[in-house]
Amino acid sequence: MVAFDEMRPEGAGLRQPYSSYESWLQTQDSSRLTEKMRDAEHVFRRTGITFAVYGEQEAAERLIPFDIVPRIISGAEWRRLTQGIEQRVQALNAFLDDIYHRQEILRAGRIPRELIAGNAAFLPEMIGVRPPAGVYTHIIGVDIVRTGENEFFVLEDNARTPSGVSYMIENRETMMQLFPELFQTIKVRPVENYPQLLRQSLSQVAPRSTKGTPTVAVLTPGSYNSAYFEHAFLADQMGVELVEGQDLRVVDGHVAMRTTQGYKQIDVLYRRVDDDFLDPLTFNPDSALGVPGIMDVYRAGNITIANAPGTGIADDKAIYSYMPEIIEFYTGRKAILGNIPTWRCSEADSLKYVLEHLDELVVKEVHGSGGYGMLVGPTSSKKEHETFAAKLKSKPTNYIAQPTLALSTCPILTEQGLAPRHVDLRPFVLVSDRIRIVPGGLTRVALKEGSLVVNSSQGGGTKDTWVLDD
Amino acid sequence: MLLGRTANGLYWMSRYIERAENMARLVDAGLRLALTRTETSADEWHSVVVSAGAENAFASRHQTYSADNVADFLLRDTSNPSSVLSSVETARSNARMVRTALTREVWESINDAWMTCRRILASPIDQRELPKILDAVKRETALIRGALHGTMLRNEIFDFAQLGIYVERADNTARILDVKYYVLLPSVSWVGSSLDNYQWESILRSVSAHRSYRWVYEADYKPTNIADFLILNRRMPRSLAFCYRMIAESLTFLADDYGERHDCHQTLEEILSKLRPGTIDAVFDIGLHEFLGDFIHRNNTLGDEVAQNYRFF
Repeated sequence: MVAFDEMRPEGAGLRQPYSSYESWLQTQDSSRLTEKMRDAEHVFRRTGITFAVYGEQEAAERLIPFDIVPRIISGAEWRRLTQGIEQRVQALNAFLDDIYHRQEILRAGRIPRELIAGNAAFLPEMIGVRPPAGVYTHIIGVDIVRTGENEFFVLEDNARTPSGVSYMIENRETMMQLFPELFQTIKVRPVENYPQLLRQSLSQVAPRSTKGTPTVAVLTPGSYNSAYFEHAFLADQMGVELVEGQDLRVVDGHVAMRTTQGYKQIDVLYRRVDDDFLDPLTFNPDSALGVPGIMDVYRAGNITIANAPGTGIADDKAIYSYMPEIIEFYTGRKAILGNIPTWRCSEADSLKYVLEHLDELVVKEVHGSGGYGMLVGPTSSKKEHETFAAKLKSKPTNYIAQPTLALSTCPILTEQGLAPRHVDLRPFVLVSDRIRIVPGGLTRVALKEGSLVVNSSQGGGTKDTWVLDD
Repeated sequence: MLLGRTANGLYWMSRYIERAENMARLVDAGLRLALTRTETSADEWHSVVVSAGAENAFASRHQTYSADNVADFLLRDTSNPSSVLSSVETARSNARMVRTALTREVWESINDAWMTCRRILASPIDQRELPKILDAVKRETALIRGALHGTMLRNEIFDFAQLGIYVERADNTARILDVKYYVLLPSVSWVGSSLDNYQWESILRSVSAHRSYRWVYEADYKPTNIADFLILNRRMPRSLAFCYRMIAESLTFLADDYGERHDCHQTLEEILSKLRPGTIDAVFDIGLHEFLGDFIHRNNTLGDEVAQNYRFF
């Protein structure tokens, strides 16, 4: 399995987007680069850009390793990607609106009914509720992988609460500090206005009854959450309050936060708390992270919750396998960005195939995320195959399988010089009255040679992602 | 607009940074006394622990008041919530919680202090290294203070941070004086003895005032002057009067900004009336111990009222 290298594909020369960077690289000596790599780590540790790893006692806060070689995408490549992403995001919102209202797609028989009805991410409480401005998923982080010059696929839609955007911004900030000269010679499209765009986008979808400038706040589960740094970062950069459930209460039919001068109304809540914990009166009664009664305020149209409760139904991995049909159903066109072929283990034929080909497939939990609970067939042992096969047989509906893709590679700086490693890409999309995509995204990279798992919780790192202004 | 929880975080962040610094200074003064005197050093270390307000907690961890035990307990024992290590840790988690309210410089200085303290206090303290460690702690907290003063906008955020600093500092100075009040009580037989000079200097040293005292009073140590300096002098940055000048500044700004006065403003007036210049004789008339006990109580009340009036919870 030969992977496509984005800088120097096998049998071809240096690819065009990397040409200016390469000529700069020729003039650098390796000791300076190694030094820069250490500087970068120092910057990240000082600023406290860390994340928590669940289940690890030691090192409660860890750094995500950062690689100083940028991943470069040409303007033309980017334009194609954005068209595909926009189409997909439109379809996702149309799908959500449909699922919680007329359910045309089910009536048309394009998606099996039981996939929705029996799905934990489907919230009956949302049936008939139309969110302010009609937007369900406001912030999306589409995971895209590449396998060749023109082959891009969507791996996951991440339509609930995608994380990582703070790394996109901080990675760029760090690169500009380390290599200012590079940005003078190479025109890279900026990403640092993301927080302003996010605030504009959120204000745009405020409830219609809002008077004056809408009050926006970010809801975090608290400083022990693995993505707390990002929550604080975004609130700070947007210039809005970072609130916890304990700060909020329903006052006179609105959600309000406790300030030093009493309660103040919130119009738009960018929540980084899962549906389950949002409202102890409606969902998980033990949740201390949410706001009792917020769902009533929401149903009355007095607050915008971004993303809307119940959006998880659109990025469920079983639904994912139907995305080509979903896109065609709502946009009337074929999907510009392809899906990865997916076997739904709930179907007997597929399960049989998956069990027979475990050594070549990647098997994932339908509701899993972060690289937990998955099997990468080619790189795991016979014993792991057997244990996983048992899990599959006992609960087949819980799993999907996909071929092991030859993810494209980009060079990273190692002690032995540049070496290729597998990468993926998560661009960030904002939806309000229009769709905005910041030119760039989070490139995640598997630091271990040959590894295909890019998740930060599993030892992956990140890179700055450049979209060229050409 | 400021969240009540954020105001709470700012207040305690500052209190704990101030506390870490005070702990380091207390150990420093104890060390100094132990170096200059050979006898009864256990007594001195005992009074250091009492000044730190940690007598019971100490007794449950150690039997003897030795330099090693006290330094370990006050600097790096995480079972002691007021040790330097615990304080810096608590200050940092509060800072992390209110991070959006802080400048990058302030956050980084606190994060740096936390990393440094964790490193230098990781293993049991070698007595030979103690001065260096105390120095490092004081330097880190000074950097935080510098970042706070140099980069923060003087708004409500700064006010709550400032309240935390000075409520903690006033409490600390009052407690040090109270533990040693008998040393300052005028007694004919004690005056002029070299033993007292050490004791008096130790009091001044624990609030970093042994040099400045001489500039102000141009005289030998005199109990009433020392008490005047630490209680009523408005130019001495660790005196009760100075702390309350700053507390008054912040509470007045808050009252003006919010257009509302609270219980804490009433308490402030009462405390200020007891700290008027030139009233040190009155203090001794009431009794130094009684005066300080009353002050510590009122200072705590003010802290509680601030929390309540500004909806910390």
